[in-house]
Parts: sequence; C-alpha cells; structure tokens
Amino acid sequence: MHTITRNGDWAVEADGLVKVFGTNRAVDGVDLRVATGTVYGVLGPNGAGKTTTISMLATLLRPDAGTGRIFGHDVQREAQVVRQLIGVTGQYASVDETLSATENLVLFSRLLGLTHTAAKAKAAELLEEFGLTDAAKRPLKKFSGGMRRRLDLAASLIAQPPLIFLDEPTTGLDPRTRAQMWDTIRRLVATGSTVLLTTQYLDEADQLADRIAVIDHGRVVAEGTADELKASIGASSLQLRLQDPRDLDDVRVAIERVLRVTPTISPEAGRITAPMDDPDVVTELLLTLRDEGVHLAELSVQKPTLDEVFLTLTGHGVEDAASATEAETELERSRA
Amino acid sequence: MTTIATTPITPGAARSLKNRVSTSETLSHTITMAYRGLLKIKRTPEQLFDVTLQPIIFTVMFTYIFGGAIAGDVQSYLPIIIPGILVQTVISTSIVTGVQLREDMDKGVFDRFRSLPIARIAPLSGALLADTVRYLIATTLTFVMGYLMGLRPEGGLGGVIGAALLVIVCAWSLSWIFAFFGVIARSASSVQGISMLILFPLTFLSNAFVPVDTMPGWLQWFVDINPVSYIVTAVRDLVNSGTIGADFGWSLVGSAVVVAVFAPLTVKAYMRRA
Repeated sequence: MHTITRNGDWAVEADGLVKVFGTNRAVDGVDLRVATGTVYGVLGPNGAGKTTTISMLATLLRPDAGTGRIFGHDVQREAQVVRQLIGVTGQYASVDETLSATENLVLFSRLLGLTHTAAKAKAAELLEEFGLTDAAKRPLKKFSGGMRRRLDLAASLIAQPPLIFLDEPTTGLDPRTRAQMWDTIRRLVATGSTVLLTTQYLDEADQLADRIAVIDHGRVVAEGTADELKASIGASSLQLRLQDPRDLDDVRVAIERVLRVTPTISPEAGRITAPMDDPDVVTELLLTLRDEGVHLAELSVQKPTLDEVFLTLTGHGVEDAASATEAETELERSRA
Repeated sequence: MTTIATTPITPGAARSLKNRVSTSETLSHTITMAYRGLLKIKRTPEQLFDVTLQPIIFTVMFTYIFGGAIAGDVQSYLPIIIPGILVQTVISTSIVTGVQLREDMDKGVFDRFRSLPIARIAPLSGALLADTVRYLIATTLTFVMGYLMGLRPEGGLGGVIGAALLVIVCAWSLSWIFAFFGVIARSASSVQGISMLILFPLTFLSNAFVPVDTMPGWLQWFVDINPVSYIVTAVRDLVNSGTIGADFGWSLVGSAVVVAVFAPLTVKAYMRRA
C-alpha cells in the first residue's frame, strides 16, 4: 500500500517549515526531529509559532515552504495517512460544546469506523480512564477547564495513535490538574506513544520532555535535552533576605569568599542574590553566616525562568506577539 | 487508568494505511455527521423556533390579512396561500444551513474533524442531510395549521405527501446556495444578511401570496422566471387537485440546476478551507 518508511526511527521530521500570515512570518524555517517513543517539548512564548508549527504537522495548515513527515509520510501528499497516525489535542478544546461527553466520544469513535456498540464501549472506557464517568451525561458547558482538557485528550486517544500532538496541554490549569495531566502524558509514553507537546512553561518541558526545542519568532533558537539547555541558560540563584539589612556587606564578603561569585544586593529589600552553581557549598555558606552571627529572614532558590531562558537565548525577554512585532517594525525603521 | 497502561500502541511504521477514503466510508461519515446534527437539535431545541413558530405565525397572519382582499374570504384563500407559505417557510429554513455551517467551522471541534482520517466533505454533507429534518418539521406544521384553519386538500393525502416531498427536495437544493455563503463568509451574521437579501425577492416576488396578473408587467416577467413560482404552482396542483403538471418538472429541473452550479462551488470553497 505504501513504501516502507526510510526513517522508522523518526516520528516527526520537519525541514524548513514556513508559514506566512500576511506580512507576519509566523513560522520561519523550523526544523525538528522527534524520535519514536519519546516526548518532545516545543517551548516558547505566546505568538512564537508553536501552534502554527503543530497545525502544519497535523495537516490542519498547509505549509508555505518546507516539508513535514510523520513516520515517513509526507503531511501534504499523504495527509490522509498522516491523519490515521496522529491524535491532536488543541489549545482550545476541540470537542463539541453542544453535546455531552459521551456523545462526543461516541461521535468521534463512529467517525473512526467503530460500530455503534464498540463506540459506546470505547467512550465508556475512556471516560472511566479520565475520571469523567460522573460527568458523562452533563452538557459540556458545565465542564471545568481541566475536565474539557481531559475529554479533549480522551478524544485524541480513541484510535490509539502512535503520535500525539498536545498544544499547551496544561495552560490555564490549576497545579493539581496539571500534575494529573503530566501523569497521563507519562503513561501514554510508557505504552509506546510518541508525544510532541508545546508549552510556555520551562518546568513542564523539564518534567516531561526528553528533548526540547526553544522557539522564538518562528525559529528554533536552541535544541537539546533539558540538562543541555539548562547548562546553556545558567544556574539557579540563591536568594537570602536578612533580618538586619546592616549585615548585607558582611554577607556579600562571605558569599564572595565561600561561593566565589559576585552577588547582587538590593539594599531596600535587605536581599542579596547570588548565582548557585554547586548547591553543595551552600551548606558551608550557611555555617559561615551562623558563625558570624548573621540572621536570615528568608532563604530561597530561584530556578531559571522562561524569561531568563529567553533573555539568554535570544537577547530579549518574553513578550507577547504584538509587542514583538512592534519591536521588529521599529528595528526595521531604524535600519531604513 | 488501566487500559492506557496495558494496551501497547501499534507502531506507526507497522500499520497498514491508505491515503484515500472510499465512497461507502464517505457515506457512513456523512450519516454520522447528520446524526451529530440531530443530536445538536435535540440538545438545543430553541434552534427549532424558526421552523416551528414561523409556519404557525405566518400562516395565521397572511391568511387573515390577505384572505379577504385577494380571494374574497379566508376559506377560499387557503388553497392559494398554504402552498405559498409552505414554500416560503421551508425555503427560509434552508438559510439556517449556511448560518450554522459558518458557526460550526469557527468552532474548535472543526479542527478535530479536520485532523481525523475522515472524508473531508462529511461535515458539510452531514449538515445538509440533517437539515432535511428541519424542512420536514416546517412542512408538517404548515399543513397542520392549514388543516386547522379549514383547508381540506382536494388532492388528498397522496397529493399532500407529494407536495411535501417536492418542497423538501427543492429546499434542500436551494440550501446549497446558502451553504456556499456559509463557507465563504467571514461571520455567521453576514451569512444571515446576504441570505436574507436573496431570499426576500425570491419568495415575495413570486406567485406565493397574490395573483400574478395584479402586478406590473416588468414584475410579471421576473415572477414568471422565478423558480419559486414554479414550485408554488406545482405544490398547488398537488394539494388542490392531486395532479402533476409541467411546473412540477420545471421545479425539479430548476433545483437540479441550482445544485449543479452551487454544489461544486460550495464543495470547492469548502475543501480549500477544510
């Protein structure tokens, strides 16, 4: 029926994908390689081109240039084959608001070729798995954001696709629901699914993804494992707030001596911040402070945030698409 | 969450897949989509207001307003007006096809349909199929109202059923026009606006409500070529005498022409977006 895939190892191969909306190059030459059986994270701020990239790979949008292959099948020439291999869970729940949860799942199951009885069984099974059985008959309008998201994911799993696209699966969810979603994603991978997810959260990519691509202004600006990326971003930082701000100078000297780094001081807040490469030596710093009779009001460790990732990788912070475009136009004007 | 953990996924490379959707699959997808349309009606019965209230209100209103002036009395106006109202009501119901199609295409669920390995055309064909149920409701209610007001069709039950089928077929054909606007328009309200602009001249500049010979000559010319006039006359023949005349044939020919023109246009525009 079709040629044997040349690269059975790659679930997703994207080469030079481009999508232009008017004058906005939403996706501007994205290359991706996702190995089968892994979780791949696409990390970036709003408007970076994450959703557009996924839409092209999921056959929802036609690329203006470049190619995408899913398990070796071209997303344009073999769109219908690709659709049999993927499940897509969108940023906005792609389920029918007017129908109940059961009706939604039965509808999608029927469309995927299940008989009426099999469709009903499948719907019941998925609702059970996603803890939605109690709400099965309720109209979706009364569903919480988390319930919708779970139903959406359930609908993507009916055909047990080997590749699942998750577009910002936890945006807007509370921490508990978010953790549940993470568990579900991990279980999916344990069964052999490949997952391509987009996220705005560094910790989510860190928690789930084997490899991460950082995307900004439609381009991949960094790619690697979480550890590789973190190494490129820099370490966490240690924040100390002192009971007596007059001790700040002593603490600065202690940090320079023990941690061998230069801290930054915010005198008004009585706070001192230092990069923390090796957590092990922090013990020693704390002992030194005790010996010197310095009392701490607060101690915290700040992980690098997405903001810092972007600052480091792109030279600018996280900004929304509109202001980013504005900045670009200004830049163009200043060049002209 | 036991099943997820125990059912291993068949690897993508090991699956046997085809890049085409067969005709029988297309048909089955269409029927499933029509089933969705019926479920939606069941869930939001308020969207049936137009097909339930319009036949009732229009029948009563037009009959009593125009009855005396046009036919002398209400009783003798009924055989003229009921077929007219029937055609007008059912055809205006077909506007909803376009409006709902636009609303539907803007929703998130449409993205899922587009990501499923189903016939591209199924959401469109399913919607058109489900809408015939609305025509059936509107048709039945108009005849029931007519009967309650004193209409006793000379054509008998057979004539009434024949007229009902003709109207439903014609409305379905005309709904392709509105489906086309539904696909190409930017918003549901603009679909409604454009469709009304077409619908009003089409239904009122016909022989549906008043005899044609009372109109000025230039208007008679339009009324005579208006396909709605043929449908109305064909329905009157069936209801009032149980006969099938040339108008019946012309109605079907006109409907076929509309489908022949607008179905490919709609499908083409739709496929570009779907």
